[in-house]
Amino acid sequence: MRAESSTAGFHPTVLLWLAVGWIGYAVVPWYGLDDNFFLLGWLLDGYPLDDDVAPALFLNLQGQKLWLAPFALLLALPLTLYGRNRNDPLFGKLLIAVGAIGMGWFFMQGFGIGLRGWNFAWLNQLFGELDDRQFGMGYGALLTVTAFLFLFCVGLAARGAVGGDVFVVSAIGFVVATVGVFIFMPVLQMLANALVTPDGGYSLGSFISKIFSERLWSLGCFTGTRCGVALNSLFLAILVGVLTTLLGLVFALVATRTGFRYRRLLRALTVLPIITPPFVIGLAIILLFGLSGAVTQFVSGIFGIQPTRWVYGLPGLLMAQVLAFTPIAFLVLIGVVEGVSPSMEEASQTLRANRWQTFWNVSLPLMRPGLANAFLLGFIESMADFGNPLVLGGNFDVLSTEIFFAIVGAQNDPAQAAVLAIVLLFFTLGAFYAQRFWLGRKSYTTMSGKGDAGVHPRLPSLLEKGLFTVAGLWAFFTIFVYATIFYGSFVTRWGIDYSLTLQHYVKSFSIGRTEHGIHFSGAAWSSFWTTIEIALISAPLTAAIGLVTAYLLVRQHFKGKEAFEFGTMLSFAIPGTVIGVAYVIAFNVPPIELTGTGIILVLSFIFRNMPVGVRAGIASMSQIDKSLDESSLTLGANSWQTFRKVILPLLRPAILAALVYSFVRAMTAISAIIFLVSARYDMSTSYIVGRVENNEYGIAIAYSTVLIVVMLIVIGLMQLVVGSRRIGRRGVESDMSQSRTNVAAPVVQTPGAG
Amino acid sequence: MISRNLLFAAGVAFGALSAAQAARADSVTLYCSADEAWCQQLARGFEEETGITVDMTRKSSGETFAQVKAESANPKGDVWWGGTGDPHLQAAAEDLTEVYADSPLRPELYDWAIKQAEASGNRTIGVYSGALGFGYNKDLLAKNNLPEPKCWADLIKPEYKGHIQVANPNSSGTAYTMLATLVQLMGEEKAFDYLKALHKNINQYTKSGSAPIKAAGLGETTIGIVFLHDAVAQAVAGFPIEPVAPCEGTGYEIGSMSLIKGARNPEEAKKFYNWVLQAKVQEKAAEVNSFQIPSNKNAKISDKVPDISKIKLIDYDFKKYGSSEERKRLLSKWDNDVASLPQ
Repeated sequence: MRAESSTAGFHPTVLLWLAVGWIGYAVVPWYGLDDNFFLLGWLLDGYPLDDDVAPALFLNLQGQKLWLAPFALLLALPLTLYGRNRNDPLFGKLLIAVGAIGMGWFFMQGFGIGLRGWNFAWLNQLFGELDDRQFGMGYGALLTVTAFLFLFCVGLAARGAVGGDVFVVSAIGFVVATVGVFIFMPVLQMLANALVTPDGGYSLGSFISKIFSERLWSLGCFTGTRCGVALNSLFLAILVGVLTTLLGLVFALVATRTGFRYRRLLRALTVLPIITPPFVIGLAIILLFGLSGAVTQFVSGIFGIQPTRWVYGLPGLLMAQVLAFTPIAFLVLIGVVEGVSPSMEEASQTLRANRWQTFWNVSLPLMRPGLANAFLLGFIESMADFGNPLVLGGNFDVLSTEIFFAIVGAQNDPAQAAVLAIVLLFFTLGAFYAQRFWLGRKSYTTMSGKGDAGVHPRLPSLLEKGLFTVAGLWAFFTIFVYATIFYGSFVTRWGIDYSLTLQHYVKSFSIGRTEHGIHFSGAAWSSFWTTIEIALISAPLTAAIGLVTAYLLVRQHFKGKEAFEFGTMLSFAIPGTVIGVAYVIAFNVPPIELTGTGIILVLSFIFRNMPVGVRAGIASMSQIDKSLDESSLTLGANSWQTFRKVILPLLRPAILAALVYSFVRAMTAISAIIFLVSARYDMSTSYIVGRVENNEYGIAIAYSTVLIVVMLIVIGLMQLVVGSRRIGRRGVESDMSQSRTNVAAPVVQTPGAG
Repeated sequence: MISRNLLFAAGVAFGALSAAQAARADSVTLYCSADEAWCQQLARGFEEETGITVDMTRKSSGETFAQVKAESANPKGDVWWGGTGDPHLQAAAEDLTEVYADSPLRPELYDWAIKQAEASGNRTIGVYSGALGFGYNKDLLAKNNLPEPKCWADLIKPEYKGHIQVANPNSSGTAYTMLATLVQLMGEEKAFDYLKALHKNINQYTKSGSAPIKAAGLGETTIGIVFLHDAVAQAVAGFPIEPVAPCEGTGYEIGSMSLIKGARNPEEAKKFYNWVLQAKVQEKAAEVNSFQIPSNKNAKISDKVPDISKIKLIDYDFKKYGSSEERKRLLSKWDNDVASLPQ
């Protein structure tokens, strides 16, 4: 009661953020600590007066780092709002000013003053040599700048932005700020490199000659030499996008619209490639179809054909990528195929359309958003895929590997890498806009608050037979490849010595006993635990930020929404290699100093995988009729309650998708990670790459097999925890309705890319 | 508010991770650019002997160079051991590494190791060397009824068409060493004629330098042009590989070590530097299947290491062919005159 009376004159949200700001300024150490903050060792380390652990307030009181002092003034100003109503114009204006100036000053001092005093020569000239310096910012700084951000948002809301909704404005502010700092800033720094000439200057000419070079755009493959890298990538990505979408649709139809008995098995099969670590599918393809591959040898033995290296290049890449990314298309499409309202199809049949006409003219067009999304994902995943081209590419060069080798290869040319990254970005964004254009402004809403009872009609029988054949063949192929992988982990040396052994597992995962208890002596344990830890931390954060963004995009209208959507989707179109290098460049030096920590890994996963959470959320949310939210709002709930109680439960499949995807991705991604791992935080994928580089395929495959099993278990647990969405529809038979309500995740991931 | 929850979650998440990164007492951060097992052997061996904790990251020399350069304003590593010499020389030229000329172990080293140091203004030093050559898969050679290749000249014979793999010199130091070796061996004009002829026999230009011999081990190509120690390692690992030192003579690489400028643990880094140059440490490399030639004269050489006295080595000019102008010139010439030809 007492607390209530003392806050009576304050807007509670303002009070909260002011408190956070003051804690950041006056209580928590301002700069980054050498030790783990949460171990609280700093409390015994001379806190609060010692320089290293002092909060900003104590630094200022001792006359140090005086450029932090303005924060105290800015944090004191909102106190004058005591007793003022939020409709008072001064309330909003003051908060906006305080927030904006606070954030602006925060970044100015952060970038202006670095490890060696002033960071810019002109500051030196203006103010003279600065004797002081500052290190990377810590939790105190984080809390303070967060407080300024949200005070700014509360102010905007009070001035009437987005209908004056504090939750929505704050959510937008939060997403914009984090995306700005963790995607735009590093990527822009990286892309600025495209203009750099070898001798350190900037030149537009060299940029132009690079971007239109023969190496990128040559049409030589029609005349006997080789095609340009950019054209190769484009061609491959289109093929993969189309094929994965078609196959994904086939599987989705088989799984939901036919009386197929082994649907569960089919689901399990399609999940496998998603949780396969990079390189493994490519390796298996080589072990089977390479020059000395099992299948190649078998076939050449029977027909007496001279074995060739046909699999290297486009054929092998296509095979591996379609194998790897079809499940993505499947999982995107299954939700959409299920979501198509049966009543529309029933209406079509009532109007005397036959099964074909219904399927072709009603069901298929309603699946358009799903088809477009599936193609887009397949296209982008193929563009960004790194692992498969590395092992299977042959002389078929693609952009993603070229970027990697432009940076790490002997030529070490970040400018060339940046140019290639721009081309890649151009393609992926082009696909993104083409997709939006194709979908247009039509409505695909099929799930509304109104009762929607109905049964999906059966498919035309010829179509059904065709679907079974394709799905059956593909399933057989997948099983074959995975059997190879599994078997390969028990073979002493594939191709040389086929005797069975457990040595690969023992070498990586042995557990010994010493007098101190159990000792994890296997070589893989350290990277294994790090990976699990990072994956478990980043998954819920990714899901949360992804779904909030999706909610804002689908349900809210505000200025700059297009740009906002572009920004949040951008990281998906950027290949991991570019993100990795960009992060190293941007976050190695103060103000944000994160390299060598686990945090940078978590951040890279959150912002790399966030678009999938967003897309999954958008796909599900655009099928939920807005009248559901409206009725909630009419009944007096606010937007946060509506989000929490109405939309969130209906979004369970999307939540699960985001969780599973980001968890899986954290365990299987490679291209960004390879730049960000450090001695203390090594990840399993980079460990596996090392083994593959060394021809130790046995260990690589054994480790991957263990990861696959672990991921299956964790995904199962997540499914239990999140639960499923229940859509009240009449079922044909109990089994059918069960499988329909148990909507699996539109999970999306790529083994090799990442 | 969800944003509040998010922030809380973020806080918890960050807490679960140790943000510690700076120097702890008695530790050293090692960037290692050799084989994982070798790197592990060194790191654990140093820890055992000195009690100094080693944080080791293994990356190829190109990746490490990129990282050291990116981190130059705020270095995280202390010492960079192994990997071909050129990136080390480049790092020296760009002032990313520290001068260290008075190591007590210098007198024990071979001349080529010291020459490497002198070429860099004592910012790097040779720790091992390896000769260039090739290796072939015995089974595949027999199956295709091909003669044993013995010389560079053999490789351009038409019967080897589609049987040879080598890395792309644009992305691989190994392949660039081959390019520079041939230029020094035959003269530039003849070398490029040779490369054009070789181009017809190549089935794939790989990205990484040792990939060709690994592919040969798995039976995916017949011949791979690589460093001999890589070929020996494949043979020792049980693959049907026969290493060949070309009869005309060949070039070599010098694996190097540098101290990173502005390191957080310079003392420990120097301790590691002098520990790792000892004969007893270097001769242990063969235990982990690394068959390079150690730079310490007193180190015993494993009998599996290709006998350096039987290999004709050219007088490789690291300074000239390691310089970025010469490299760029040769690479663009290779791109225009060789890689663009139809096969």
